[in-house]
Amino acid sequence: MVTVQPSVADVWDWLDAVPDPEIPVISLVDLGIIRDVAWQDDTLIVTVTPTYSGCPATTIINLDIETALRGHGIEKLELKRQLSPAWTTDWLSDKGRAKLEDYGIAPPQAAGGPQQCPHCKSQAVERISQFGSTPCKAQWRCTDCLEPFDYFKCI
Amino acid sequence: MATDAQLFEWLCRMGDNSLVLGHRVSEWCGHAPVLEEDIALANTALDLIGQTQLWLGLAAEVEGEGRDADALAYRRDVMDFRNLLLVEQPNRDFGHTMMRQFLFDAWHIEMLRALKGHDHAEISAIAEKSLKEVTYHAERSADTVIALGDGTEESHKRMQAALDRLWPYVGEMFLSDEVDRAVCDPAPLRDAFDDRINAVLAEATLTRPDSDFAHKGGKTGVRHTEHLGHMLAVMQYLPRAYPDAKW
Repeated sequence: MVTVQPSVADVWDWLDAVPDPEIPVISLVDLGIIRDVAWQDDTLIVTVTPTYSGCPATTIINLDIETALRGHGIEKLELKRQLSPAWTTDWLSDKGRAKLEDYGIAPPQAAGGPQQCPHCKSQAVERISQFGSTPCKAQWRCTDCLEPFDYFKCI
Repeated sequence: MATDAQLFEWLCRMGDNSLVLGHRVSEWCGHAPVLEEDIALANTALDLIGQTQLWLGLAAEVEGEGRDADALAYRRDVMDFRNLLLVEQPNRDFGHTMMRQFLFDAWHIEMLRALKGHDHAEISAIAEKSLKEVTYHAERSADTVIALGDGTEESHKRMQAALDRLWPYVGEMFLSDEVDRAVCDPAPLRDAFDDRINAVLAEATLTRPDSDFAHKGGKTGVRHTEHLGHMLAVMQYLPRAYPDAKW
């Protein structure tokens, strides 16, 4: 039972502990899909934007947000979907970018391709396909260490 | 200003295009020539089905009869579908599938650009979201048309055959009636479409057919090709056999 309304900053911290279901090394906050957290009277409104319109993780993400916040005692909760402005990889946090690279996924670059191989750090990389194992990734390979790797598409 | 009835009709056109093409492309899942193409096709299908949920979701809201996107997708019959005839054409070979995708993408990207910033805030938001995804689709289908058109003798022959077979379905994309004009008239987009495809076809060493004969009747629902009914029989089987089943 919550007797004192948690601060919005606390809620952001809690959401930063919820992992992305498909790339669990980064949080939903790192991913940049939590657009707003606000109290409307006694109801907590969390505004979420989808990464890709058909991303199958969207329903899981909503469920994970709800489960996490209920676990912190939030009773009245509303999840709002916001399409515009459309999600962009510019909203990935710096912390998230670093974690992606450590995990073996090249973070998005404005230039449209990965800066370097996330494994051996060579800059000799080539694209295999614009599409990858999830909607947000493309397939690249390193021509030095010859390892294929995921690249987080820049959109 | 569109009436609710016009808006509903127009939203079904957009939603049915992405639904029918999304389903068609998904038929490749597990069958594409190489793994990367299989994944790319499945991703494209997924984007299109996601866009369908947005368009048909809004259509159902505008209609206000208690239906939702699923009800519109799974419980309408052939004659209630409002998709372009192009997107219901069967996959045939991989080249044919990619030519169909290329022609649709070239129209789709111009349409979404025109809709971004539309007075109707939700239409504008869906277009803005979809445009990012469709930019990838258009880049890939154009690259593939060039690679196969300007490829081997066999791949060139198949791509030209696909273009010749699909060309009579291009004209319908730019026909407009009162419903279109109430929301967004596609007719003025033809020049940008022509510029886009002429450049790609030239690079692909493919010859654009001379005739501008156009089959029509898909988006008005007057007459679909026989292929749509067969597709819906597969697509709608489960929800119709087990109505209201929950996962």
